Amino acid sequence: MSSLRHRLRRSTFLAPLALLFLVAGTAWAAGFPQNTLDPTSDFGHQTHRLFTDILWWEVGIFVIVEGALVVALLRFMHRGEKGVPHQLHGHTGVEVAWTLAPALILVFIGVPTVMTIWRTQAPAPKNSLEIQVIGHQWWWEFRYPQYGIVTANEVHLPQGRPVHFILNSADIIHSFWIPKLGGKRDVIPTRTNHLWYTADSVGVWPGQCAEFCGTSHANMRLLGVVDSPTDFASWVAAETDTLPVPPSDSLAVAGAQLFSSPAKLCITCHTIQGVSAGMVGPNLTHVGSRRYIAAGLLENTPTNIAKWVSNPPAVKPGALMPVLGLSPDEARALAAYLTTRK
Amino acid sequence: MSSVTATATTHVHAKPKSQSGVWSWITTVDHKRIAVLYFVTAFFFFVIGGIEAVLMRVQLATPNNTFVDARTFNALFTMHGTTMVFLALMPLSVAFFNLVVPLQLGARDVAFPRLNAFSYWVFLLGGLFMNSSWLFKAAPDTGWFGYANLTSRAFSPGHSVDFWMLGLQFLGIASLAGAFNFIVTILNMRAPGMTFMRMPIFCWMTLVTSFLLVLAFPVITVALILLTFDRFVGTSFFIPQGGGDPVLWQHLFWIFGHPEVYILILPAMGIISEVLPTFSRKPLFGYPFVVYSGVFIGILGFGVWSHHMFSVGLGPIADSVFAITTMLIAIPTGVKIFNWIATLWGGHIRPTTSLLFAVGFIAMFIIGGLSGIEHASPPADLQQTDTYFVVAHFHYVLFGGTILGIFAGLYYWYPKITGRLMDETLGKIHFWLTMIGFNITFFPMHLLGLWGMPRRIYTYDKGLGFDTLNLVCTIGAFIIVIGTLALMWNLVVSLKKGKVAGPDPWDARTLEWSIPSPPPEYNFAVLPTVEHRDDLWERKQAGLGPIPQPPNAHVHMPNPSYWPLVTAFGMLIFFSGLMLSIYMAIFGFAFTIFGIYRWAFEPAS
Repeated sequence: MSSLRHRLRRSTFLAPLALLFLVAGTAWAAGFPQNTLDPTSDFGHQTHRLFTDILWWEVGIFVIVEGALVVALLRFMHRGEKGVPHQLHGHTGVEVAWTLAPALILVFIGVPTVMTIWRTQAPAPKNSLEIQVIGHQWWWEFRYPQYGIVTANEVHLPQGRPVHFILNSADIIHSFWIPKLGGKRDVIPTRTNHLWYTADSVGVWPGQCAEFCGTSHANMRLLGVVDSPTDFASWVAAETDTLPVPPSDSLAVAGAQLFSSPAKLCITCHTIQGVSAGMVGPNLTHVGSRRYIAAGLLENTPTNIAKWVSNPPAVKPGALMPVLGLSPDEARALAAYLTTRK
Repeated sequence: MSSVTATATTHVHAKPKSQSGVWSWITTVDHKRIAVLYFVTAFFFFVIGGIEAVLMRVQLATPNNTFVDARTFNALFTMHGTTMVFLALMPLSVAFFNLVVPLQLGARDVAFPRLNAFSYWVFLLGGLFMNSSWLFKAAPDTGWFGYANLTSRAFSPGHSVDFWMLGLQFLGIASLAGAFNFIVTILNMRAPGMTFMRMPIFCWMTLVTSFLLVLAFPVITVALILLTFDRFVGTSFFIPQGGGDPVLWQHLFWIFGHPEVYILILPAMGIISEVLPTFSRKPLFGYPFVVYSGVFIGILGFGVWSHHMFSVGLGPIADSVFAITTMLIAIPTGVKIFNWIATLWGGHIRPTTSLLFAVGFIAMFIIGGLSGIEHASPPADLQQTDTYFVVAHFHYVLFGGTILGIFAGLYYWYPKITGRLMDETLGKIHFWLTMIGFNITFFPMHLLGLWGMPRRIYTYDKGLGFDTLNLVCTIGAFIIVIGTLALMWNLVVSLKKGKVAGPDPWDARTLEWSIPSPPPEYNFAVLPTVEHRDDLWERKQAGLGPIPQPPNAHVHMPNPSYWPLVTAFGMLIFFSGLMLSIYMAIFGFAFTIFGIYRWAFEPAS
């Protein structure tokens, strides 16, 4: 069994290597847009600190316990010889020791855990920006009651100001999560959940629904945009401007007529301020200013809008927006119109 | 050979008499045969669950893949989880309960042999019922914990959730009947002199597991009944739009679901607590501490359920309490691991395949336990829950733990039931492929989760950094497949070509090794009198050897019976009828009552 010994000896090195891999992965993955190991909010930093502190305890325990296992195997592997080793049935002192030692380590993990729970679940600061998050199958609605803004799938946050998310669902349970900004919080119908944090640097971070919510759960994505305070102010100004420039080119004008036409059903589900008041789908008043459409699935280009409105379930399986039977020209016209809604 | 007489075949209700052939298996009440049935069936479902896993890994190998569509993928992960938990791991453990517990106790069978057969038939029919959903294009697709209110009629029309809900309810009957059977068997049928503290650890863990089953399954039963009302009668227990509470489902499910995790792991812990001493030629270190820690884990397992719900927003008090109770479980779990290592320490370790798998269990379970500590800390868990970090964690516990433990037990007890040893070379190929494939598949999932990949997504976009490691995971899955093929080949060839085992091939410690392999139908012609823990080992050390068993003894054993199968079949009709037609349900209910009646009044001989 020398090959076994050899293998085991190699695995002694493999085990710590695996953990090194984890730690190195932390640094290497710094650029990953949904990376939880490189948070950019106060909340994210607190939970990450806890994570790394626990990780170091775990690395220590891992090395000691797996090491003991490997040493036991290497030292006491016997081949063939008969005979009976010393029949040791146990040792109470040792048992007490290895009961107390983990208990002691748990104190060092448990106390900071409980402290962090209470710190991160304290009531939101008074000067917070309130954002209502409403989960829908399969898109996100964001309302800013302090500014009268209603938008979808792209949530803007000011850098350096606490943001208080007030979470609700229109249908079933979802979970709101922008990994770079902090942990997730479930979005539950008829319950109101809270989550607040302060983003500390400007950036655009993708997130996605983290609680399985049916067919297109994987496609329920969102974008967290952390703006500098001035950029945020101009975003608010643009979003609260209820009279965007009317469409000028003929295609967009045709698209505007199509949108308002009851036969095309757009206005049944969608709001465009001053045009329609539908509440089922996303508010499209300023859809042209968003980076993506269809809850983060497609970049916001006229071609993609035309693709989406022609056959939504082909892009997002199970999408509740039906196939409306638009001709390619009609789809292009609608896309031209919606693109002007900046 | 069939000894069914002409008169017997003309009367359907005549008692079955076959000793071999298909009918002898259908009517058997022998715990060893039922163990084989359990093993073969559960292994079949294990393969199905494995195929589902591989299909998912192919889909996730590359970003924006279209190998399967969204609905199919959702059905695959739902059925993978449901199959592995309820149709593979639990019944594989039950196969070992059936084979080993009566033999280790020095008993001739379980307390209720026909109830034992009934458990098996309900398990088989329930598993087929659940999987038949694939044929009707109605495979369950709401996840193995089926969170409300996605499972309500409004959001899951059709029969997919019905198959899941009724299938679990049906399977629960098998688990409960089995658990009561083993509790009574262990409490009442230990050989003379076998006090509780002389009882083999595997029997102890079976006892704890059975109590967990008896206490945990009623909770899921109630939850499933309420869900059935919601879906069939129009109540709103879990439907917020009707005044119900979807979070109530989560509480009920996890009050069952967390003990269920220990139901899955404790039997494997019992197995390796038998394997390690045998192949170290030393007694289990700290036997009472291993027993008490198992009991303590079982009790604590009922007080930690909300750690599955840290993102629900239960508030700081609940989060703190459940964090602490969850962390406490690390203590008895650690005690077990330390005692296993201490058992190896100072022993004469023989590196059989069985021992390797037992050691693999310890090595992998440590990793699963350590990542579990991260989940026990709610603020850290908010980043990890519902990501691939959790997927990695529970596969280290349930594959790295339970499955490796079951493999250890398989190589260990296979010779007892077949009379032949499994091939060691194939076994070691199986071991190394499994260990390597397992770690390549599941270790990268820790990183994927930390990099923000949620679980249960059928696709992911480029540019998130998920591409490379997902491909690595998929490659690992195929290595596991090759390892499993080596195991299947080994199981088949060793049946005919394996080395003849004899009664005690491992120079082992407990009573099952004191009788021939395979044991006679009655197990023990002379019931042993036990004077020590590891009684066989102590007798061998004292130069006594096993208690002599006269061959060809005439021991009256329970007769085979049709009625367990008939009763289980009635239940299948009943549960199918709930979905299809009330008249069918009523007929199925009547059929069940008929089966129970005939069973109750079946003549003794």
